[in-house]
Amino acid sequence: MALLLDIASWALLSIGGAFVFIGGVGALRMPDLYTRIHAASLTDTMGAVLVIVGIMLQAGLSLAAVKLAAILLFLLLTSPTASNALASAALLAGLRPSGEVVTDEEQSK
Amino acid sequence: MIVLFGVFLLSLMVITALAIVRTHHLFVAVILTGIFSLLMAANFFLLDAADVALTEAAIGAGISTVLFLGALALTGEHERANTSNRLLALSVVAVTTLLVIYATFDKPRFGDPLAPVHQHVAPWYLDKTAEAIDIPNVVTAVLGSFRGYDTLGEVFVVFTAGIGVLFLFGARPSYSSGAARTNTTDPGQGLRHYLIPRVVGRLLIPFIFLFGLYVQFHGDYGPGGGFQAGAIIAAAVILYALLEGEEQALRVLPHKLLIGLMAGGALLYGGVGVAALLLGGNFLDYSVLAADPIVGQHIGILLIEAGVGITVTGVLISVFHAFAGRRRY
Repeated sequence: MALLLDIASWALLSIGGAFVFIGGVGALRMPDLYTRIHAASLTDTMGAVLVIVGIMLQAGLSLAAVKLAAILLFLLLTSPTASNALASAALLAGLRPSGEVVTDEEQSK
Repeated sequence: MIVLFGVFLLSLMVITALAIVRTHHLFVAVILTGIFSLLMAANFFLLDAADVALTEAAIGAGISTVLFLGALALTGEHERANTSNRLLALSVVAVTTLLVIYATFDKPRFGDPLAPVHQHVAPWYLDKTAEAIDIPNVVTAVLGSFRGYDTLGEVFVVFTAGIGVLFLFGARPSYSSGAARTNTTDPGQGLRHYLIPRVVGRLLIPFIFLFGLYVQFHGDYGPGGGFQAGAIIAAAVILYALLEGEEQALRVLPHKLLIGLMAGGALLYGGVGVAALLLGGNFLDYSVLAADPIVGQHIGILLIEAGVGITVTGVLISVFHAFAGRRRY
């Protein structure tokens, strides 16, 4: 049972780490602000959820798990709100999404 | 492993500091300062200084970022072109750096139990806390009771800073001039766009208050206390002001009340000291506040922590309003 929990927690932590990494790469490589926010919000939601659930499996049924659950709930409420506020502030400031689709061939030219 | 984390965090901090120096956009610099404070807080936590970490995260990364942004709204967002002598500045910095690095050679190794700082009064505090005050968090015992004078001084520093800002900005209550909106964009569109932050923010404010009170009263048992709790509660009120507008926030907590909080907290702290004096003890000696000296210490620490929290809350909210209200004139 303990081994199963360890494997599950290890898998969750790894996948969460991968999501954080992908979010970081996306925030650097995406073409404009809105797509970058989209990539970075991956870190806040999927990455954070998987990592925290992974740690909760390690913590077991304890007060630490309850605290982690509270942090998780808080993050799930605030992170998407922050992304939304950022995007709407950019929209209000007059930054328009480009709307152009840049294909791979065009980019490599 | 901890050393590895520490080195990683410190390298990130150096990179952030270099980025702050290199950027000419002050808005970017302010956000980077917040990141720097957050990294510092993580570093403090790594060094087992949870109380300091909590303060740094709440004040350094939270409140001061908001205050810096408030200041930026009054000034410009771009740095003035640098005309001073760069070579002179560089040489001063280089000499100072070399001196500081030279001084580190004399420092004891990290975590060395024989270091002078662990030999002086720290063992006495650790021994006496259980005996004389009987609370688990030694930091609160040192801050509130053993070195109560120092903390009283800190509260007066915070109070003086608040008074200073109010003098500089002329804290006129300005909620009568509510017609002059600061929002330069189309207000109808603004409301639609800010709907989600408003709903989520209003949902979170009560829980932030609750957490602030928890940090305030849990200070005897774990990391926390008046300074951190004051910053958290002030953050909740500032969030409310950002969501609902300053006039609404000033209607909930009027200027007179805020000034009363500023002075009242410091007065409560000093009053506990005078009460101890009148009951036949020394100034800020809480043992005489109750029949049992340990209970007296508990009451004293509870009251002075409340005083600290009240003053910090009042000062931070007043300073925020001073910055934010200035925009209208």
